[in-house]
Amino acid sequence: MKILIVDDFSTMRRIIKNLLRDLGFTNTQEADDGLTALPMLKNGDFDFLVTDWNMPGMTGIDLLKHVRADENLCSMPVLMVTAEAKRDQIVEAAQAGVNGYVIKPFTAAALKEKIEKIFERV
Amino acid sequence: MTNQITLHKEDSMIIELRECASLLLEKLQGDDYQEASKMIVNLNVTRDRSIFQSVGELTRALHESIKNFNIPGGEQAFSQQGSNVDKCSELHEASSGLEYVLTLTKNAADKTMDMVEDCAPICNELGQEANSLKLEWTRLRNREMSPDEFRALYTRLDNYFETLDAGTNKLNENMQNIILEQGFQDLTGQVLKKVINLVTEVEGNLVSLMRIAGQVEAVVGIDVTKYDNKGCDGANPDADIVGEGPQYNAEKRADVVGSQDDVDDLLSSLGF
Repeated sequence: MKILIVDDFSTMRRIIKNLLRDLGFTNTQEADDGLTALPMLKNGDFDFLVTDWNMPGMTGIDLLKHVRADENLCSMPVLMVTAEAKRDQIVEAAQAGVNGYVIKPFTAAALKEKIEKIFERV
Repeated sequence: MTNQITLHKEDSMIIELRECASLLLEKLQGDDYQEASKMIVNLNVTRDRSIFQSVGELTRALHESIKNFNIPGGEQAFSQQGSNVDKCSELHEASSGLEYVLTLTKNAADKTMDMVEDCAPICNELGQEANSLKLEWTRLRNREMSPDEFRALYTRLDNYFETLDAGTNKLNENMQNIILEQGFQDLTGQVLKKVINLVTEVEGNLVSLMRIAGQVEAVVGIDVTKYDNKGCDGANPDADIVGEGPQYNAEKRADVVGSQDDVDDLLSSLGF
């Protein structure tokens, strides 16, 4: 299972990476915004995307829309881990095809639960 | 106080205008048209003087307000070169301060995580060896151990005590360092308080500027009603949703979720 973690803050990338490692997912790579992430997704054989919303360059929601619009990537499960907590935003993410939505600050249990739920459905 | 002075000046202008007007009437009734036209000129001069005085006062007040921003935009900006001037700006200092907060918090988070990652294998190793020794110890207590096995256990225990000693020392040291690393909160707190004060001050000065702008509009006769009022936030409902960052007053906002449970409820209401 190869996972791409996208967040503009290296601390948050590291936290998510460590939590994923504790869950047994050791094959992870990082990107600091959508613009960097998209070519990585297109060229790499990633199985799962964890992304923040608010990032410079390309935001997480735009990255999600690009992923869903790409015929090779459209079925990839996407988990959004973000501080964005407006109802409209959550609805927009759902309509754009997000598979899970975790708001920051989050617990290890919340992240684990969402990831497990995503893989149950996939 | 300023309003009282303004009223007083307006009163004296009205008295002067009234005096001129009654003299003008008197001259007209007396068919003294030469004097009457002088009175008309006087009327205009009095009115213009009042406007010039008000505009002058407002310009001075504006100047003072800009000076209070501590941006060297008044006297110095036009006489000095930009780079040196910018360094003096308190606003520039505030943004440098915020950069400092960002750096300090990042460094503290990185160092804390480094130390935790450093501790994790020590804990794991000590835990695994303790478990394994416990099993051996149970065998010894049940008299299931041969003399050779006992000798091996004896050496393992000896090594374990040494590893335990070194490991706990390292854990203690790292925990102490993690606590020390939290010192960033004091330093960043001081900078943040300074920035909060500056923002409050700038907000006060902006309110003064708005008041002055209102007076300028009144004096010059600008019709403010013709400008569209887009409301406080100027939000355009058709605009794309943009990121707002963390919601620090989520409980006061109905359009924001308060917890992960709220997110889950919302998503399940959407069929997730």
